[in-house]
Amino acid sequence: MTDPILSVRGLEKRYGSFIGCTGVSFDVWPGEVVAIVGESGSGKTTLLNCISGRLERSAGEIRYRMRDGRFPDLADLSEAERRFLMRTDWGFVHQNPADGLRMRVSAGANVGERLMAVGERHYGDIRRTAGDWLSRVEIAAERIDDQPIAFSGGMRQRLQIARNLVTHPRLIFMDEPTGGLDVSVQARVLDLLRGLVTDLSLAVVIVTHDLAVARLLSQRMIVMKGGHIVEAGLTDRVLDDPRHAYTQLLVASIPES
Amino acid sequence: MSLSSITPTHPAMPEGALLSVRDVAKSFVMHLRDGVVLPVVANVRFDLFPGECVVLGGPSGVGKSSILRMVYGNYAIDEGSVLVRDPENGEVRDLGAGDPRLVLAIRHDGIGYVSQFLRAVPRVSAVEIVAEPLVSRGIDRATAILRARDMLTRLNLPETLHGLPPATFSGGEKQRVNIARGFITDHPVLLLDEPTASLDAENRDVVTAMIGEKLARGTAILGIFHDQPVREAVATRTIDVSAFSARKAA
Repeated sequence: MTDPILSVRGLEKRYGSFIGCTGVSFDVWPGEVVAIVGESGSGKTTLLNCISGRLERSAGEIRYRMRDGRFPDLADLSEAERRFLMRTDWGFVHQNPADGLRMRVSAGANVGERLMAVGERHYGDIRRTAGDWLSRVEIAAERIDDQPIAFSGGMRQRLQIARNLVTHPRLIFMDEPTGGLDVSVQARVLDLLRGLVTDLSLAVVIVTHDLAVARLLSQRMIVMKGGHIVEAGLTDRVLDDPRHAYTQLLVASIPES
Repeated sequence: MSLSSITPTHPAMPEGALLSVRDVAKSFVMHLRDGVVLPVVANVRFDLFPGECVVLGGPSGVGKSSILRMVYGNYAIDEGSVLVRDPENGEVRDLGAGDPRLVLAIRHDGIGYVSQFLRAVPRVSAVEIVAEPLVSRGIDRATAILRARDMLTRLNLPETLHGLPPATFSGGEKQRVNIARGFITDHPVLLLDEPTASLDAENRDVVTAMIGEKLARGTAILGIFHDQPVREAVATRTIDVSAFSARKAA
């Protein structure tokens, strides 16, 4: 069996005396989707921001498997290594695409920019790769020179996904990636994500309050409440046989389809 | 796999068994109903050998589906163990210990499951749903799609439906997609939860024949069949689940 790509131990984030999350430990393996679920204020987004290096932790360990096999704590990385992770090896899909895109440069440039950050210089190659990725996320080729402000919400989200995946990252963080979309648009984005995650064998940590999204995308699930993990396990086990009172409440709150 | 994950304290599996359920107990604790405890089964104990079709019998609500779900790792167990052989090295492993990655590995290579209902994924066509387990085993996509088409054709699913997502299919059509998906791989253990419940006689006979072929190849099947002709045609042994039911005592 392979080694984990990400390992979190005893993670805590305090805002003054308020606890964002505490005592959080889990591992993520390559090619695996882990969903973090819980209601607003449960600490799931705080947790995501800490493990993706966007927020400073108060205590605990976060280790990441580098491409050369080393497994350092993120806090011990050099600035250059950290930049490499952010630009190449990791992706971050925000709930609001405007937070992850540059809204006034073209769709092609939004995707190409990540390539340039990893040293790609040939304009023709960049444009071709950007075009490939737009088609993979089902954006018509003739929209390559349009700015995302002219795109619908679903298209923007698909563009953000393309921008993240173009550098072949190994780990993607997602914060409610379908949260702001209409239900019909959600299904398309979800299906697209599901296909890409499988084809590219990505490791994903996805934060969502939507248990249907968690069921569709993830193999394992972590349930948070009040900054603590209250239950964790195989996604279908947690949803079909919830053990903790809070998980039972969450599951009981979904209308039967 | 680490040494600590082997379970020497468990009673050994009999020689040749693919699955051994040992003293398994399960209840549901309903926290939203003042913590009321609903016992389901207790002292569940049986073995499953290659080439046999063991039928879980007994009235509705006695815990047959729950046993299948525990064996598949979909329900957690309170006591006992579900021993399986690691498809890779033959080591005995306890699926009931609740290690999600072990359950995923066993589902990939050891235990297949045909549930009563197909959980359809938006926008994914029937033929892709059926081919997916092969693709995830590294089989070339085009080959997997061809085999999926053959399987669906054998189950009399009209070719015009192969390329459509099953969301709008009838109950029987969905069930045939589900059966095709479950039967396309060669898992050594196959769990069947009423696979013929919403099929007509013709398709029931197809499924009966498919079960026979699996058994002939040495697959071990554990199933629930309310359909008497099918049950009589495939069962090599019946386990009366009433004997394990925890409800009558409660």
